[in-house]
Amino acid sequence: MARMKFLCDAERCIECNACVTACKNEHEVPWGINRRRLVTLNDGKPGERSISMACMHCNDPPCAAVCPVDCFLQTADGVVLHSKDLCIGCGYCFYACPFGAPQYPRTTDFGSRGKMDKCTFCAGGPEPDGSVEEYQKYGANRLAEGKLPLCAEMCSTRALMGGDGAVLADIYQERSLRRGYGSGAPGWSTAYGRNDRGSPFTPGGPSTGGA
Amino acid sequence: MRPTRLPLHALLLIALLAVQSLAAPTFAQAQLTQVPGQNSPTTKEQVPLYVPQDDKMIGRVSIPDEKLAVLVQPEGREWREWRTHTLRLAIGGLAIGMTTVLAIFFLYRGTIRIHAGRSGRLVLRFNGLDRFAHWTTAVSFLIMALTGVILTFGRPLLIPLIGHQAFTPLAEYAKSIHNFVSVPFVVGLLMILALWLRDNIPEKADWVWIRTAGGLFSKAGDSHPEAGRFNAGQKMVFWSIVLGGMGMAATGYLLMVPFAFTGIGGMQIMHVIHGLLAAGLIAAVIGHIYIGTIGMEGAFDAMGCGEVDENWAMEHHRRWYQEQLRKGYVEGRQPAE
Repeated sequence: MARMKFLCDAERCIECNACVTACKNEHEVPWGINRRRLVTLNDGKPGERSISMACMHCNDPPCAAVCPVDCFLQTADGVVLHSKDLCIGCGYCFYACPFGAPQYPRTTDFGSRGKMDKCTFCAGGPEPDGSVEEYQKYGANRLAEGKLPLCAEMCSTRALMGGDGAVLADIYQERSLRRGYGSGAPGWSTAYGRNDRGSPFTPGGPSTGGA
Repeated sequence: MRPTRLPLHALLLIALLAVQSLAAPTFAQAQLTQVPGQNSPTTKEQVPLYVPQDDKMIGRVSIPDEKLAVLVQPEGREWREWRTHTLRLAIGGLAIGMTTVLAIFFLYRGTIRIHAGRSGRLVLRFNGLDRFAHWTTAVSFLIMALTGVILTFGRPLLIPLIGHQAFTPLAEYAKSIHNFVSVPFVVGLLMILALWLRDNIPEKADWVWIRTAGGLFSKAGDSHPEAGRFNAGQKMVFWSIVLGGMGMAATGYLLMVPFAFTGIGGMQIMHVIHGLLAAGLIAAVIGHIYIGTIGMEGAFDAMGCGEVDENWAMEHHRRWYQEQLRKGYVEGRQPAE
C-alpha cells in the first residue's frame, strides 16, 4: 500500500497560487478557510522561496494526539482525516500542528469556532466514499475515484507533488541530482521524520498517543 | 545642426549590457542560495530529503489570515507534550496528592473539635452579601473545574466508558458551560475582593500563625495562635483564589478570543499558564473544602447560616471575637465597656 505524502519543491514554485485556487474550487471551501496556502520566505530578498503548504498528513499527527474528543483517523494510505461529527471546535489542533493546517469557520465568537476544516488529501471524510454527506462536509473524494489531489495535479511547474511518498522522493532526488542541488523536501523531517510507524489508526485506537 | 553622436551614458549602457550577457549564467545562479559546487550530489542517494527543522519558519502570505505566515512552528511539539502528559500530571497529581495528605491528616487529627464545646450563643460572621459572594464564586469554580477536567481527562477516562458519540456532546456542553460560567466567577471574585480585602492584609500576627502552623498539629487542640477576622491560612487561600482566579480569568478570556491579541506562541503560553493555575487552585480548594467541612467542627456554619458558635469564634479568631463583643454583636451579651 502506498504511503501518501505531499512534496513541494521550493526551487520550482513560482507562487502562482493555482494550487490554492484549485483546492478552493474543487471542494467548495467557504470564505476564510485556507486548506492550502502559499508562504513566501525571504520575500524580496536574495534566496526568496515560495512553498505551498497544507496538511502534510504526518506519521505521528500532533493534531490527533491533542484532540480532546479523539476525532482523527488515518486511512491505510496514511492520509489523516477527521470526523466533523465528533469535532467540538476547541482549536487545540491548531496549537499543536507544526504547519498551521487546521482551519475554523469562525474566529472570535466567544470561543465557539465551528467544526475544524483541513486538507483531506482529496480523500473526503469518514462517511461512505462519494456520498453527498461526505461532499458537503469535506469536499470531493478524488482518491476514491483513483485520482490524486487536484492542487498537485494542477501545478504548472510540477513543484507541488502529491502521491506515493516513495515515488515523490525518487522524482525529487532525480531532479535535484540533475540540477545539482537540493534543499531537502520542505517539512518532511517534521511530518514524516519521527515515528515512521506507517500504521493506520482510528478514533479510540492506542496509536494516536493522546489517550 | 550638430552631427548626431551617441551620448556617453548610452555607450556605457551598451558596454554594461555586453558584460552582463557574458556573465549572465553566474549572475542568475548567484541569486540562488544553493549553487552547484563541490558539495553537489553525485548520486540520488546523496540528495537530502529529511533536513532537520528546529527553528520557526515565518514568511509572508497574501491572504488576510496573517497567522498563517508561520510555515513551520516546532513549538507545537512541546505544547503537545504539555497537553497530552504534563497538564494531566499536574492537575491529577496535585489533586490526588492533596487528597492523600488530607486523608493522612484526618487519620492523625480527626475532626478538629471546639475545645470548650458549643455554647449555644451565636456570633454573626458572614452576612448575606458575604455568603452570596462566596457561593457565587464557589459554585462557578466547581462547575469550571469539573468541565475543565472533563475536557482534559475525558479522552482517556470517559471515552472508553461512554463512547465517542456520547462524549462529543458532553465535551461540547462542557466547553460552553466553562466559558459562560466564567462570568459569575469573575463577578464573585470582584465581590470577594471588595468585601474581604481589608481583613486579608498580611500583618505581624500572621508570622506566629505560620511558625506554629496554626496549631493544626497540636493534638490536644488547645493551641490557637491569635487571629483577627482571618488567620494566615485563610489569607493564603484568599490571595491564591483572588490572584490565581484573576490570572485564570485573564488567560481564559484571551483563550476565548483566539489570536485577537497574540500569535500562536502566545496562545500556547496562555494555555500553559491557565492549566498550571488550574492545577494549583484545584488542590488549594480541595484543602479549603476539607477544613471548612469535615476537618473542623463549627467551621461550616460560618458560610452555611452565617453565624458561628461563640466558643468557636473565641478559639479560632480571638481578636475578631473581642471586636464583635465590644461592638455588641454577640447574641445575648452586652457590649463590654
